[in-house]
Amino acid sequence: MDPKRKKDCHDSGESTRVASTFPDEVLERVLALVKSHKDRSSVSLVCKDWYDAERWSRTHVFIGNCYSVSPEIVVRRFPNVRSVTLKGKPRFSDFNLVPPNWGADIRCWLVVFAAKYRCLEELRLKRMTVSDESLEFLALSFPNFKALLLHSCDGFSTDGLAAIATHCKNLTELNIQENDIYDKSGCWLSCFPENFTSLEVLNFAYLNNDVNFEALERLVSRCKSLNVLKVNKNITLEQLQRLLICAPKLTELGTGSFLPELTDRQYSELKRSFSICSNLNVLSGLSEATALYLPALYPACTNLTFLNLSDAALQSEEFAKLLVHCPRLRRLWVLDTVEDKGLEAVGSNCPLLEELRVFPSDPYEEGIVHGVTESGFIAVSYGCRRLHYVLYFCRQMTNAAVETIVQNCPDFTHFRLCIMTPCQPDYRTNEPMDKAFCAVVKTCTKLRRLAVSGLLTDMTFEYIGKYAKNLETLSVAFAGSSDWGMQCVLGGCRKLRKLEIRDCPFGNAALLSGFEKYESMRSLWMSDCKVTMNGCRFLAKEMPRLNVEVMKEDGSDDSQADKVYVYRSVAGPRRDAPPFVLTL
Amino acid sequence: MSIPLEHNYIGLTETSSMERSSDKLSSSTSSTLSSEDGKTSALNLKQTELRLGLPGSESPERNSGPGVSLFGKELEDKNNGYSPSPLKNLVSGAKRGFSDAIDGSDKWVFSLSNGSEADLFSPGGGNGGKPSTQYSCLSATPNMKEAASVPQSPKPLQEKKPQVPAANEQGSAPAAKAQVVGWPPIRSFRKNTMTSNLAKNSDAEGKTGFGCLYVKVSMDGAPYLRKVDLKIYNNYVEISSALEKMFSCFTIGQCSSHGLPGRDGLNESRLKDLLHGSEYVLTYEDKDGDWMLVGDVPWEMFTNSCRRLRIMKGSEAIGLAPRAMEKCKSRS
Repeated sequence: MDPKRKKDCHDSGESTRVASTFPDEVLERVLALVKSHKDRSSVSLVCKDWYDAERWSRTHVFIGNCYSVSPEIVVRRFPNVRSVTLKGKPRFSDFNLVPPNWGADIRCWLVVFAAKYRCLEELRLKRMTVSDESLEFLALSFPNFKALLLHSCDGFSTDGLAAIATHCKNLTELNIQENDIYDKSGCWLSCFPENFTSLEVLNFAYLNNDVNFEALERLVSRCKSLNVLKVNKNITLEQLQRLLICAPKLTELGTGSFLPELTDRQYSELKRSFSICSNLNVLSGLSEATALYLPALYPACTNLTFLNLSDAALQSEEFAKLLVHCPRLRRLWVLDTVEDKGLEAVGSNCPLLEELRVFPSDPYEEGIVHGVTESGFIAVSYGCRRLHYVLYFCRQMTNAAVETIVQNCPDFTHFRLCIMTPCQPDYRTNEPMDKAFCAVVKTCTKLRRLAVSGLLTDMTFEYIGKYAKNLETLSVAFAGSSDWGMQCVLGGCRKLRKLEIRDCPFGNAALLSGFEKYESMRSLWMSDCKVTMNGCRFLAKEMPRLNVEVMKEDGSDDSQADKVYVYRSVAGPRRDAPPFVLTL
Repeated sequence: MSIPLEHNYIGLTETSSMERSSDKLSSSTSSTLSSEDGKTSALNLKQTELRLGLPGSESPERNSGPGVSLFGKELEDKNNGYSPSPLKNLVSGAKRGFSDAIDGSDKWVFSLSNGSEADLFSPGGGNGGKPSTQYSCLSATPNMKEAASVPQSPKPLQEKKPQVPAANEQGSAPAAKAQVVGWPPIRSFRKNTMTSNLAKNSDAEGKTGFGCLYVKVSMDGAPYLRKVDLKIYNNYVEISSALEKMFSCFTIGQCSSHGLPGRDGLNESRLKDLLHGSEYVLTYEDKDGDWMLVGDVPWEMFTNSCRRLRIMKGSEAIGLAPRAMEKCKSRS
């Protein structure tokens, strides 16, 4: 459905250039092969012809901040979009720093899309507010709709999912990932019509209610192209085994609970089912897995590249035994119940590892806490030289350890270290953790994302500003000594796009030192720092193309700007801001 | 290095809490600190050091001005050689002891170098303040190396403390009990899965203790019970021979002339009671509370469900193992 458009007249000055004599249709066909949205942005800046060709040929649009642009502007520029990815709330909303009803409602987008993008096929949303009515509207408005991904969204219930299942006849992907969903019942699954066969991806791992197992089994049997299946905890091992028989071609599997007892015969059948699943690349779930039944998985692990054990509180022994069977692992997510010993096993068994995430099993220390220390991290760095993405929650760290780690693995692109006690120094030397992060930014020249923690002075930020030339995202909490720190970052990190700060002693001077920079960034978040309302007002006045939003907390000083969210926008100030969001 | 004046997330600044702590320190450790401890300047941390020497001993000179160390000599020996920002320990100490500090109680907020003071003076232990301090002072010796050995007595005051930190662990104690919103940065859905995992694990640990699986073993006629770790055995043969060895003393005593208990290739263990002519049968109580014969189910399933073992006299085991009984009888 290509709406007619006018051909641009070529100026005489342009007619000598090759680009202007290149037929637009051919250019569009070529540009259609350019997938990355960054590349496409670059393409659109070459000249007007290329801008036009690019906009007509773009089928997927990625909007990192839903308030940076309006739906009308998007549909006007890109008429042929089939797939939209939208991100809404600031990332710190994941940690309850953003009050509810903040905004980022998908509704106004859907209304515009329904008018202009009749052929919309895919919608991927992160941190947006989605109501059941919106989901129903979506299901009814787009006859060709295929893929829905809802990640960290809120505002809907399983009724909305039922609407999707009922009306989307061509659905290939239903991915309900980590949302704040009102989980009424599991009936939504039974809403898929009996003649519905197109599903390829089904993820309901984070829903809590029972679904009708027979309906699920029938669904899985008739959807011959199903290659991703992630079920929730209520699916038993026995049921899982029946599902595996129906879907041996799975490449990604999320199991249900691994706890219920099996007879010998059931256990060997389970093991056999897993051995048929030779195509598995991704495995997750395994909640309540114990040493007893994990061996059933071994046959399925040979081709695993991503193992997500963040729901399974494994101990080091059974974890180590499992790892022996996963030599091709590239991504690993675990809980810190595996402890340093488990991480040593990672170092020994997973030489191809590129990404490691270690989550805390007991972040608030309600039980006897062990967790991981710097030695586990060091052990991994010795064994897994290709490591480039790490998210590590620990309770103690030393500068020397981090220096060793980055020596071993200089290719880090994402380094997120969370020492869980705020402002904690190097526990051996009692020094700040400055040296650690200095080593990271100096050694890891490809670093794009950094999250710092522990006791840090301005020195860390001086180094970040000086060396982290590829840094795009920086997360800071309880760190720094003065405005100077933040000024260094804003002044030095050329490619910075997202800066999120909480509980740091950065004030107006710091905020305002970057005022020109914010237009080249996606957003800035500062909460519980030393910024005042006047500082924010000044910024808003100087930079009219930025939205400067302040959220005040109850009972705080009038002059303090408790939570500041600054972002560039071509859509002007928000029109849907709730009362607690002040746009300056 | 400049002194970091962090924005203390609790709202306290370092200097105020530090002064508070240095006040308290100087007032209470009169037995060990030298008399110049009147000064409480923020930077002169020598005065805030708690030196645990014998009463009346001279406090050794500190060589690094800003160093905060409470076991002066020991730390010098350890050759830390640090020049930390002076407020480090006390800052973290202040933060950790914050619930104590703002309670307005007269408790101490002093940092041991292992940073476990939050436990020594946890809010609940109102009487745990000074008395413990006195105890620490008196029990300390100049040779005391490890910080960890100090809080032995106040340990009972610990509420939710992780393992006692090793000597070198400084600043590893948990944060003040007041939780900071959104910290650590974990998504809420993950928190929910973790708490349920934790609950299950602590239940499980209570029963099985991951890594070892001790169950009581009783033998009819024996005066006391034993405990065995099921995890160290791999099959029934191993456990039955181990049990035989363990309980042989009782049977030997009873059948002195005949010596060794019998053994056979079956997977039940039997101890011959030669005097009485009946043999023993190994049984276990499973998760549901039923008494079962050992040997029917796969080994792993057995270890998973076994709660205790009982070596029963064959004559009592009629209902359980008639076959075994017949075998025994046919041999004796």
